[in-house]
Amino acid sequence: MDTPRRLISALAITAVLATSGCAVNELNRGDSSGTLAGTLDGAGSSAQASAQAVWIAEIQNANGRLTVNYEPSGSGAGREAFLAGGLDFAGSDSALTAAEAENGLGACVPGTGAINLPLYISPLVIIVNIEGVDALNLDAATAALIFRGEIRQWDDPRIQELNPNAALPSATITAVHRSDASGTTKNFTDYLAQAAPDEWQADAADAFPYGGESAQGNSGVVNAVTNGRNTIGYVDASRAGDLTIAALKVGDEFVAYTREAAARVVEASPLEEGRADDDLAIAIDRTTTEPGAYPLVLVSYLIACREYPNPADAELVRGYLSWVASPEAQELAAEFAGSAPLSEGFTDRVLDAIEGIR
Amino acid sequence: MTTPAPGQAPAAPTGQIDAVERRGDRVFSRIAVGAGTAILVALAAVAVFLIAQSLPALWAPEGSFRGTDGTFWDYVAPLAFGTVWAAALALLMAVPLAVGIALFISHYAPRRLAQPLGYIIDLLAAVPSVVYGLWGITVLAPATVPLYEWLAENAGWFPLFAGPASGTGRTVLTVAIVLAVMVLPIITALCREVFVQTPTLHQEAAYALGATWWEMVRMTVFPYARSGIISASMLGLGRALGETMAVAMVLSPSAIISFAVIQSENPSTIAANIALNFPESAGIQVNALIATGLVLFVITLVVNSVARWIVSRHERSLESR
Repeated sequence: MDTPRRLISALAITAVLATSGCAVNELNRGDSSGTLAGTLDGAGSSAQASAQAVWIAEIQNANGRLTVNYEPSGSGAGREAFLAGGLDFAGSDSALTAAEAENGLGACVPGTGAINLPLYISPLVIIVNIEGVDALNLDAATAALIFRGEIRQWDDPRIQELNPNAALPSATITAVHRSDASGTTKNFTDYLAQAAPDEWQADAADAFPYGGESAQGNSGVVNAVTNGRNTIGYVDASRAGDLTIAALKVGDEFVAYTREAAARVVEASPLEEGRADDDLAIAIDRTTTEPGAYPLVLVSYLIACREYPNPADAELVRGYLSWVASPEAQELAAEFAGSAPLSEGFTDRVLDAIEGIR
Repeated sequence: MTTPAPGQAPAAPTGQIDAVERRGDRVFSRIAVGAGTAILVALAAVAVFLIAQSLPALWAPEGSFRGTDGTFWDYVAPLAFGTVWAAALALLMAVPLAVGIALFISHYAPRRLAQPLGYIIDLLAAVPSVVYGLWGITVLAPATVPLYEWLAENAGWFPLFAGPASGTGRTVLTVAIVLAVMVLPIITALCREVFVQTPTLHQEAAYALGATWWEMVRMTVFPYARSGIISASMLGLGRALGETMAVAMVLSPSAIISFAVIQSENPSTIAANIALNFPESAGIQVNALIATGLVLFVITLVVNSVARWIVSRHERSLESR
């Protein structure tokens, strides 16, 4: 008779512990100091996925009654859903065009339009896997010819000229690009198209314009470069792992990738012309000669309405976006997603634009 | 419900007998009719969706599609070719192997070995395709690189093996090997079922004529099972045509039509292309992807109809013999 009773009390204690565990959790989340309450729905860029995850976790911890959803369904899908009125905000690797931003927005007050906010800067890197080579210098023209398949051998004089001290093997180059349409490809091809127009001979595009080896997603490219021989590819900097990263020629010197160098090119770039002052679509200047600027970056936007039909929604969006723009959030994203934090001067401009959301 | 006594003939069809219909009969017949209708409705709904969403892409001007300056047909041609090409290569490898395995299980292996082997083959069918994809890129593709380099060097004069060989092994031949492994269990299982059903009398008659084991198999099992082998292959082909994940992960695709199987540039398949490009597509590009889905739908329909026709023609020739 004793055993079942003991079992029951043991169960009861476990249950109490379990529920109190939950309660502690709830208390943590339900920090009453938070001022934001409600639900925000966002979707879009998969590049932002891990950054959005930490941003959302932190702001929900501070505001117990706030729920932010972000579905990394892809930039195109995000823009489309936002324009159709299904989302409060969208994430996208390319900005809404000026026409899209001013017209036909389902979720916004008619006639007020939307704004693009560059809140996620992800450096891209060129990775290589060559036997016996652990540092490589490239300029845009050489990179363009390699990825077009015009330079086929690693010991080509045009590569050797940039790397006088490297022992480049006489081996065929396998240049790996993305097989899926992607913002990473769009920014990489934009770099080649701007910095080496004569060699590249194509426009920036989501889909890689030439043939050659290709793989799915950042992880697919990393896998192909790692497992292949004498390979080269381009990926988000956070995915490069132990692979050799090529330094890019800017002006007269070779710039190795750093977060600061990536943020610098964004600050040094002009905004796209023909847009309102608070619509911060950046025309990244890939041809910059600014010392220490790294021109190969992906700028991903958060897109929000200028004016929401419901003032409560506007408050939530303002709250969330100004958190994302804050140095703490940018630093978190840098730590967990490998992005480059916004530079100080640029942060103020973004915050000004966010304050204008009504 | 009265069961007729054993030996007693069922009621002769002379007088009119009222069929007794109980609630169970009515419910069951409605469920059966409903199930039959539902599959047709579902198919019709898919077709209507595909056609309605495809129309804008079919009439879209030249240059609205990724990777080509031409019309929709220029866009879909390499994909349709790649779909059929990869599936055909896969079947070329899988069918002889599957027939061999099935024959081994049904006629050659001792019973103690045959049963576990059957289970293992069935287990292959339960592995999700994403796992095959992972296996393809991490194990199979790197392992094939030396083979492809050797082929390009020594057999490069043969158009299929023309170089330069891929440096990563992620070619249409690797994809075909992965697909072959994936369709193997379904073809093997069906072939085994058919082989086992070969009438014992036929087999013993063959022995009585002095046939050896192999001659017996050739004279009785294969003719009896031919339509079954074809049906099994067509089911496998259906899976290979529609396989998405493994192809998307393993293949290094380009928008080209090429019979070379060990190069870096390979024709992509329709299903893999949709999976790769849908997330970043908008507007007319989405319509274009759905339209390629319609083309895949038509290809599958044609393949299945041809298979049915072959099977039925063969059955008729058996009857007339």
